[in-house]
Amino acid sequence: MSVDSTSESRSTPPLASSIGSASAVAEVEPGGLAALVRDPSARAPRSPLQLALLRLRRAKLAIAGMVVISLLALGAIFADYIAPYGADEQDLFNITQPVTREHWLGTDELGRDELSRLLYGGRISLLVGVSAALLSTVVGLLVGAIAGYYGGWIDQLLMRFVDLMLAFPAIFLLLIVFSMRGSSVLMVVLFLGFFGWMWLARIIRGEFLSLKAREFVEAAHAIGVPGRRIIVRHLLPNVIAPIIVTTTLNTAYYMLAEATLSFLGFGVPPGTPTWGNMLTSARSNYVTYPILAIAPGLTLTIAVLAINFVGDGLRDAFDPRAGR
Amino acid sequence: MLRYVIRRLLGAIPLLVGVSVLSFVFMQLAPGGPDALFARNARMSPEQIANIRHNMGLDRPMHEQLLVWLGNLLQGDLGISYTQYRPVTTVIWDVFPNTVILITAGLLLSLVVSLVFGVLAARRQYGFFDNVTSFVSYFGLAMPVFWFGLMLQLLFAVKLGWLPSANMHSIGEDGFWDLLKHLALPAFTIAIGSIAGWSRYVRSSTLEVLGQDYVRTARAKGLREQRVVWGHVLKNALIPFVTVVSIDIPLYLTGAVLTETVYAWPGMGRLFFDSLAVRDYPVLMGTLVLGAVLIVLGNLVADILYGLLDPRIKY
Repeated sequence: MSVDSTSESRSTPPLASSIGSASAVAEVEPGGLAALVRDPSARAPRSPLQLALLRLRRAKLAIAGMVVISLLALGAIFADYIAPYGADEQDLFNITQPVTREHWLGTDELGRDELSRLLYGGRISLLVGVSAALLSTVVGLLVGAIAGYYGGWIDQLLMRFVDLMLAFPAIFLLLIVFSMRGSSVLMVVLFLGFFGWMWLARIIRGEFLSLKAREFVEAAHAIGVPGRRIIVRHLLPNVIAPIIVTTTLNTAYYMLAEATLSFLGFGVPPGTPTWGNMLTSARSNYVTYPILAIAPGLTLTIAVLAINFVGDGLRDAFDPRAGR
Repeated sequence: MLRYVIRRLLGAIPLLVGVSVLSFVFMQLAPGGPDALFARNARMSPEQIANIRHNMGLDRPMHEQLLVWLGNLLQGDLGISYTQYRPVTTVIWDVFPNTVILITAGLLLSLVVSLVFGVLAARRQYGFFDNVTSFVSYFGLAMPVFWFGLMLQLLFAVKLGWLPSANMHSIGEDGFWDLLKHLALPAFTIAIGSIAGWSRYVRSSTLEVLGQDYVRTARAKGLREQRVVWGHVLKNALIPFVTVVSIDIPLYLTGAVLTETVYAWPGMGRLFFDSLAVRDYPVLMGTLVLGAVLIVLGNLVADILYGLLDPRIKY
């Protein structure tokens, strides 16, 4: 906290002396200490969220990432209007074109415009990334919250399950199931989400365990607030930061995972334009037409990079230790 | 210490049993079933199919099959491959060393590079080297592994022609130098992600240790800077690093599958895909179980190392 106003510096001594017996003061007069801290800076108090936004703005990389990812998302959403050609529109007289004026990024082996497919491909890639991340957040949150709040045998049981899931060679299983059942966008989302929630669950559980012992939770408990309400109203707001950060970073991770599955031939059904599928189909002739592999790979890398920057920026923004 | 190791090993058993049971259940969910290979053959009479099912033990109830499979597993028997008619253990053992070579090379490369890069970057925080490595790290983390492999292949094997583009040996050669040349690109490919992540991690934990009192003491008593950094600082920065490495071990398994696919490396990844194509259930199950064993063992080794590195930890 900055010490710039005179009133604030004058009020420092009583504050400092009261810290020595902070616990006693807090017990006798709850909120008294907090009032003392907040009051002196006569200017409008900044909420943690406002502080976070302020710090976020300072992180230029995060802003740049946000801009890039927004552009990619807009390109995908409005692909119908922006893309020079349709996603599956074939120009059979111009297959595997290099970069030309008609086709800015060339055409693939079926004469489809690479740039248009990149724009359309963003739809599925982003959709899979975001929805798988949201799904894994929901599952991780549920498991972590229940284990952390209720503790005891429920906690033991859920955490052993987490260990089990972490020990599972997920890639092998995904491939087996997809090769036998066939895959769809929904299947990819469900599976990615189901195999990626464990770390968040552990984080949430740890936070809940320590939060549970705090006075405000005990107070809520003492006045008879039911467990579910304590979780939602008192505990959840305290873990918003890790949730948002993890979800953001997971989005990037799942976009990579989607591409990986497609590359191995078991992701989103081939033919659907996704960045991963474009890479896969480029694989057969990328030596002769490297642009077909470079363009989608680079787009994916840039998208992931942008999301990672945003995630790191959010982490810094929410980190109370980061100063100011 | 020994008691701790034993306790952890015992704790790993239910975990592995759990993974095995889950694998088994998932495999049963797949349509067709293990006998599909034969059942689809129009010239098979129902009696013959029933006969095969009986020989394979498929006519028994599900839980019985599971128990038989688990019992055999405990004795190190993973069954017989449906297509190669050899024990699964032999089939896996033929290619497993190749994957181990690839993973070990990648791990070593990644450890050395990330330690050196991380410490050097931390020495001059926000300096030129720090900025360059963090830029490269961000890219390394954002790239799809297989795409990076393709790009390396394109550049070094196709355009420049310095290194072979695929396989483990040139035809008719099996020397060490030949292997090394074939290993270079795959090892770098499998390592890039962890090089990027770990060097960032080493950097931040080195920075943390550099601010400690005992580092100031070491400097104050006149130790040379090299000793301070590579002795005192690195040793302490390594302790949390061990855990990070162990967490990333599953990533190496995934990385191996991808890298082997890109470079046609004859390892577990390729075996897995071949078995997938012909639905060789016992081999697939064996791969799953072996993968789980590797992950669990990796975590165990990491925990033990953690204790050895940090004398403050008591078991």
